[in-house]
Amino acid sequence: MFLMEKRSEILQGTLDMLILQTLAPGPAHGHTIAQVIEHRSEDVLLIEHGSLYPALHRLEDRGWIVSFWGTSENNRKARYYRLTAAGRKQLSVETSRWERVVRAVNQVLRPAE
Amino acid sequence: MSWKRYRQRSSEIESHLAMETADNIARGMTPGDAADAARRKFGNPTLIREEIYRMNTASWLESILQDLRHGARMMVTNPGFTLIAVLSLALGIGANTAIFQLLNAVRLRSLPVRAPHELAEVKIVGGNHGMGVNNGLYAELTRPIWEEIRRDHPAFSGVFAWNQQGMALGEGKDFVDTSGIVVSGDFFRVLGVDPWRGRLIAPEDEHTCPGSVAVLSYGLWQSRLGGREIDANTKLFIEGRYRQIVGVTPPSFQGLAVGDRFDIALPACMPKELYTNSFEINVMGRLKPGWTVASASAQLAGQSAGIMAATEITGYDSTSVKKYRQFLLGAYPAAHGVSNLRNTYDSSLRLLLAITGLVLLIACANLANLMLARASTREREIAVRLALGAARGRVMRQLLVESALLAAVGAALGVGLAEVLSRALVISLANGGDNVVLSTGMDWRVLLFAAGVAAVTCVVFGMAPSFRASGADPVTAMRSGGRGMTAGRERFSFQRAMVVTQISVSLVLLAGALLFVRSFYNLMNFNPGIREEGLTVAFIGFEKSNIAKDHMEEFKRELKEDVRSIPGVTNAAITTHVPLIGGSWGHQITIGKMDDGAAFTWASPEYFETMGIPLLSGRGFNQADTAMAQRVAVVNQTFVRHFLNGADPIGQTLRTHPEPGYPSTVYQIVGVMADSKYQNVRDETPSFVIAPITQFPDHGPVTAMMIRSTLPAAVTVDSVKRRIAERHPEISMYAGSFQERIRSGMLRERLLAMLSGFFGLLAALLGMLGLYGVISYIVMQRRNEIGIRVALGANRGQVVGMVMRQAGLLLVIGVAIGAVLSLAAGRAAESLLFGLKPNDALTLATAAGLLAAIGGVASFLPARRASKLDPMAALRCD
Repeated sequence: MFLMEKRSEILQGTLDMLILQTLAPGPAHGHTIAQVIEHRSEDVLLIEHGSLYPALHRLEDRGWIVSFWGTSENNRKARYYRLTAAGRKQLSVETSRWERVVRAVNQVLRPAE
Repeated sequence: MSWKRYRQRSSEIESHLAMETADNIARGMTPGDAADAARRKFGNPTLIREEIYRMNTASWLESILQDLRHGARMMVTNPGFTLIAVLSLALGIGANTAIFQLLNAVRLRSLPVRAPHELAEVKIVGGNHGMGVNNGLYAELTRPIWEEIRRDHPAFSGVFAWNQQGMALGEGKDFVDTSGIVVSGDFFRVLGVDPWRGRLIAPEDEHTCPGSVAVLSYGLWQSRLGGREIDANTKLFIEGRYRQIVGVTPPSFQGLAVGDRFDIALPACMPKELYTNSFEINVMGRLKPGWTVASASAQLAGQSAGIMAATEITGYDSTSVKKYRQFLLGAYPAAHGVSNLRNTYDSSLRLLLAITGLVLLIACANLANLMLARASTREREIAVRLALGAARGRVMRQLLVESALLAAVGAALGVGLAEVLSRALVISLANGGDNVVLSTGMDWRVLLFAAGVAAVTCVVFGMAPSFRASGADPVTAMRSGGRGMTAGRERFSFQRAMVVTQISVSLVLLAGALLFVRSFYNLMNFNPGIREEGLTVAFIGFEKSNIAKDHMEEFKRELKEDVRSIPGVTNAAITTHVPLIGGSWGHQITIGKMDDGAAFTWASPEYFETMGIPLLSGRGFNQADTAMAQRVAVVNQTFVRHFLNGADPIGQTLRTHPEPGYPSTVYQIVGVMADSKYQNVRDETPSFVIAPITQFPDHGPVTAMMIRSTLPAAVTVDSVKRRIAERHPEISMYAGSFQERIRSGMLRERLLAMLSGFFGLLAALLGMLGLYGVISYIVMQRRNEIGIRVALGANRGQVVGMVMRQAGLLLVIGVAIGAVLSLAAGRAAESLLFGLKPNDALTLATAAGLLAAIGGVASFLPARRASKLDPMAALRCD
């Protein structure tokens, strides 16, 4: 398990990618996004929920996601985020970069295979 | 800024926490635990909000807005500081702008004509020394000289002549006095003034004498004709005849005389005879390309001998003629027009500008001290911010914005104040009935000046303390914050220097103010040798009465007797000249071997008694002194000293030099009168001769009358006017209180006394505020030390004495420097003072005493506060 630090650049890019990936199936609000990331990573990636929001706003400012007010499953006012076309493209860029990095790291760790 | 967006984004956080809390409760936690867990998981919401805020407001402009908001909040939370700072600034800037506007209007503003810098005025170098008849305010040359210049003017592409005179507009009951100019044909063309309506005066108008056309100023066109279009039937009754109005000048053009306006322009016409001794016109020209005022002057000087020979004065003795032939013409810059106001007020306005400059300096020193005192109380705040990672530049910028905000508010208030002040100044310049027309409206130059002063004040004085405050090492600042027994040395010396500056400059201003106030007092209470209270002066014109020249004298006597019979009037005298209201009348006389000028007046026998001038020996005039009898004269004491070296003058004779209309005449001296002031109170008494009015050689249809009455001036003026109008409705007259006439001539002194007094007090007040502030500050800084002293047994008197010694030292140094400065500055004011010297010891001592006294009070208050310190509280605090 490791805590995602706010100011670490690699992990920040990673958080961006995870958010974009979470939004790929459809719109979600911040709380859902946090829950989904934690759940999917089997609670390995524990994000500080607060750090999610600056990241969301950053993504919105870059035009990768858009936001709108909606009502949550238990009737609460919540701000939803949805992937834009640019965001979808960015997601594939980030994913392929991530995969390259993972492959490279794996090769370093297990050179013989 | 997306303030709304920021709100939205941060409210999102609330909703997130609520959801998480709800989830936690669903997992079985108690509501309190659930909220805590949610917050733990979220991290620090404030930090997150701040991060979001920074993301949203990263632009430079937005952080400036943030600084501004902060600055405004600082201003509101410290109303005392804000009030003093803003008021200091507003007064400094406002007073400066007002005086500058006036100076600008009177002196700096160029005429609204084409290429004004090419204009030059042609004058006799050094003036004509009172030769001949001088007619009109700006009259410099005679018409024959003008004709010579018009014929040949190599340095100028065009020349014109003009003069200024009152013009009667309308007839009968509708008659109004307007101010007019008479211009040569090329006047408007050379000036490059284009018509607003119709056409302006052209060379062909000049030949048809008497003229039949007139041009109106925009103002008169509006007021008299309601701005109606003019046509061939537009006629007005001007100066005794109907004249066709051919055109209107543009609104910006108000003539060439600054402070005067013109209503009507008439073309000059060629009279039957041109007088070589009548200096009645002003000549100007436009320099040809490549010519300067200096080269034109040299050219004119070369031309002068020829011109003077061709226009030689006649009827004068050989010395005068010789003097005339030596006159040199010269060219003088005329871009700013001519101005009587300028001549009268220039030096006073400059002095006032210097005074207001010093007031601004004091205000700035005050501001600097205030800023400094505040910066030191905020030093800890700034240190904490620096320690928390605030960028040094960021803190500096915030301090800059704060002082800029203060300066902006002060400047805005100052500009408003300037408007009010300069309006008041123009009103007070327009003494009596004289109409002063000055456009002191805000122009870019004035605005720039005010803004510049504000900006410099703000940056230099506002930032000086900020540099150090933000340069301070956070750790030291935090450790010493509030205690400051060792850290304040350097700052103290800066503040002390500021206070010493304030005190010394205050002393200069206070001493100057006292000088001008005393000078004005002297002038008001000076005994001119004439009992001026209870006197009414009247100028009576009876051109329309058609009195034959032989009966003129008789007619005047009857008028006088008429006036004398009015109830309340105790005496009345007719005279050719009224003293003390400016103006002079002189003749060159010879007595024995002495040959010099003397003032001359012809008056009726009642003159001495009416004016209250005592006869010291011999006799006055009586019925026997007729036009046919031996010419007699009464002379004053100065005359006796100057011409006769103090010898008994009775029985001696004096001879006047011939002038046109005034042939050489021998007068026998029959009496001696006490000295009295002549042209005005300020000047030395000249040698003065009074002869009987019956023996006046040049009776015209005008006379001046002095009336002594026991009734108030207004009542007397009214009854005199009514009495004369009953008998002679055709007579025009002016009448008014003699004392008021004299006092209106003291306007310059009154203005200086009033304004310098105001600024002097202001300076003292500001200086004292500064002293009070610094002493309070020092006391606050030293309260631990004072507390220890009190705890160790120092009594109140000792504490007060200790603080007062510190203040006293500042006062003494300030006063000493101020005294030296005052003595140096006094010389600039010498020519404006009456009846005292600029290095007047009493004035300086009074100013120093006054300053020391209020300085004592200003430092005693904080000293007393220090002595009342509870030692325990002082030691425990901080």
